[in-house]
Amino acid sequence: MTTGSKIIVSLASLILVLTFFFPIWYIDLEAPQYPEGIGLEIWINQIIGQKPNDLANINGLNHYIGMKKIEPDAISELKIMPYIIIFMIALGITASLTGKRFLVYSWIAIFIILAAVGLYDFYLWEYDYGHNLNPHAAIKIPGMVYQPPLIGSKMLLNFNAISMPDISFYILVTAVGLAIFALIIDKKSKRLTQKHE
Amino acid sequence: MNRKYIKAVLISSAVVAAFAIFHYGCQESKNLSAGDEAARVYVAPGSYDEFYMFTSGGFSGQVGVYGLPSGRLFRQIPVFSQDAEKAYGYSEESKPMLMTSFGFLPWDDAHHPELSQTDGVPDGRWLFINANNTPRVARIDLSTFTTAEIIEIPNSGGNHGSPFVTENNEYVVASTRFSLPIPNEDVPISSYKENFKGTLTFIKVAPDGKLNIAFQILVPGFDYDLAHAGKGPSHGWAFFTSYNTEQANTLLEVNASQNDKDFIAAVNWKKAEEYIAKGNFTKTSTTYYRNYFDERKHMAFSEKNSEVKILTPEDCPGLIYYLPTPKSPHGVDVDPTGEYIAAGGKLAAVIPVHSFSKMIKAIESKDFDTDVNGIPVLKYESVLAGEVENCGLGPLHTEFDGNGFGYTSAFISSEIVKWEIGTWKVVDRIPTYYSIGHLSIPGGDSKKPWGKYVVALNKITKDRYLPTGPELTQSAQLIDISGDKMKLLLDFPTIGEPHYAQSIPAEILMKNSKKIYPIEENEHPYSIKAEKDARVERKNNDVHVYMSTIRTHFAPDNIEGIKVGDNVYFHVTNLEQDWDIPHGFAVKGAQNSELLILPGMTETIVWKPLQAGIYPFYCTDFCSALHQEMQGYVRVSPRNSNVELAWGTGK
Repeated sequence: MTTGSKIIVSLASLILVLTFFFPIWYIDLEAPQYPEGIGLEIWINQIIGQKPNDLANINGLNHYIGMKKIEPDAISELKIMPYIIIFMIALGITASLTGKRFLVYSWIAIFIILAAVGLYDFYLWEYDYGHNLNPHAAIKIPGMVYQPPLIGSKMLLNFNAISMPDISFYILVTAVGLAIFALIIDKKSKRLTQKHE
Repeated sequence: MNRKYIKAVLISSAVVAAFAIFHYGCQESKNLSAGDEAARVYVAPGSYDEFYMFTSGGFSGQVGVYGLPSGRLFRQIPVFSQDAEKAYGYSEESKPMLMTSFGFLPWDDAHHPELSQTDGVPDGRWLFINANNTPRVARIDLSTFTTAEIIEIPNSGGNHGSPFVTENNEYVVASTRFSLPIPNEDVPISSYKENFKGTLTFIKVAPDGKLNIAFQILVPGFDYDLAHAGKGPSHGWAFFTSYNTEQANTLLEVNASQNDKDFIAAVNWKKAEEYIAKGNFTKTSTTYYRNYFDERKHMAFSEKNSEVKILTPEDCPGLIYYLPTPKSPHGVDVDPTGEYIAAGGKLAAVIPVHSFSKMIKAIESKDFDTDVNGIPVLKYESVLAGEVENCGLGPLHTEFDGNGFGYTSAFISSEIVKWEIGTWKVVDRIPTYYSIGHLSIPGGDSKKPWGKYVVALNKITKDRYLPTGPELTQSAQLIDISGDKMKLLLDFPTIGEPHYAQSIPAEILMKNSKKIYPIEENEHPYSIKAEKDARVERKNNDVHVYMSTIRTHFAPDNIEGIKVGDNVYFHVTNLEQDWDIPHGFAVKGAQNSELLILPGMTETIVWKPLQAGIYPFYCTDFCSALHQEMQGYVRVSPRNSNVELAWGTGK
């Protein structure tokens, strides 16, 4: 790979460090009783409320419909994800240092697979929370499930749940984009050198 | 004949019509003419008022919180009177707030709310208010809108002239309305002139708000009525009106109205500080309480004090001067520049306005008429800046708009009179309905008034509202003062008697308003931080219930093993950490009150069951969809029964 491409690949890897500092996804809950807003932030290593007590208050509200408590400590994905990110940073830097195009291809492929698995996993969690309800819940509405949307918005009783990617997600997208860009310019410069030869 | 007849009919009907129009016109001016008044006071649903207004409750002992310009009531803050709704003065935690050297007092009469100031401008940190009957000053925390501290004032017969602040809350001042023997003792009332004295009290305000009686000045036995601190050039001085310089002890309405002039006492408190530093005071033993609320322990504490420093004018030259002021002056109000001191001579035909700079010159050139107990009396002409003539009957109080005008309430003629500072000419007047006492402009006693409105605080309402039997509401009237002519915008009823009110732009307070008490900061000795810690403990006849509330249940909600004759302490912690989710607690047969527990707080009520049986308890504040399910039972057994202590929720 050319030096330029190598630099871009290491940049793509290094900006992943930023994902430790911003949420990857958010869920806003809109309801008349919460004009000040209430919602969750999903990070690579934690789930927290948008405001200090939001998570506890959402768990409090959810008990009426029999939804399980969201207990971040019990979600193993939050423990694994930081290592995956660190691994991706290391792999990206290795690809950059060795300059092997194959490694960059692999990096992109692994990245996309992980993203797909991650989103599917997120969907499964949402499905589980939305469907596995305590049969003794105070509020039971036949046929009603409370699975929040993967992306977009959905009315769940009095709450409009809006689920959308957050800053870290866009950092991931940018990282993949940069890696692809690095490969493209590398190919172009190769063609140019071939032509000159 | 026909013509004449027609003419007569025409003339007489014209007269009738003219009279009718005149009559209708009068009615119009008393009520409202068409215009944009409604739009000026309309705060659309969901929108906020521009100002918070704090009114004293007078004989209700509380403070009302209203919005301006809408006149909507938001809250009553319990201060000097018990309030069963909020368990104020009933819960174990709040009872110490009402402790005095006379024991626990369930009531007082609150007159003058005063906002704390920074650089002479209301800063929105605290609101001070006086208790008139058993002399005290309270400090209300404006982040929680609750009473944070109450200090008792010793050597005072009645704390009317209070609690006015200096530019940076260096002091809150207080003067005794009734003079007394000091120290108080058993003497013939007729020995008034010989034995009775007044005091002017300076309460130091610490940067965190803590109150402390710094010193008192012993003054001749008059009635001291109202006060205001100087500002700008007059910062360092405080002014107190007095009446009954005749020193009558009976039938004051006649006997205290004889002197042509009474006095405004001008006190140089910076000089007082020098005398205190020099040790030029006597220590007098007395008893007074300071009660304060600890926001982390969620509990009030009482502190008993036993000593106060007293300055005597004879021993402290330059400390105090008397400004002669016509006819039993009531209010004493300092204009925003700090130069002019307007007095409300309630029986006078003019409003005398004294000049601070002339007063200083008169002091320097010793322009004294006489002296009273070592206090020099300045010459009236030497200190007078001007007299406002045609000021209405019974002028009481003046506030300022910051644009060069004073507004004085006239009780007897029921009007507000607007006059120009400097020319002393009345430029406008507007009737009030009826018998106005104080008036209030936002920031109107500060260096920078927000001179948009004046609120008339009326004692009598008669026909202004739907009648409610013999006791009628008191009222406030909102008047626009943004133009040359004052314009009545709105009448609204008030709770208790709003002697005085102060207003502040909403944006200054709103951002500091607390939403919850963080549960992790709760240091109440009987709090629990989680439902699993809920329990019941017996210590002889005292049973302590460590109870939690969260939507939508109590823990525990079934309690057995209570016996007749027990003192059951329900210590209820509201585990909610969500804005506007208090829970209530009420148990059948409670002889005190309910509890209203705010998120993150712990409160305690004592319950003494008198008979065996089952007693329900429930949440009184509609908290959620299943609020009606938020309930529980206590089983009370005879004294000699063997029923074991047991408790739980959901078992």
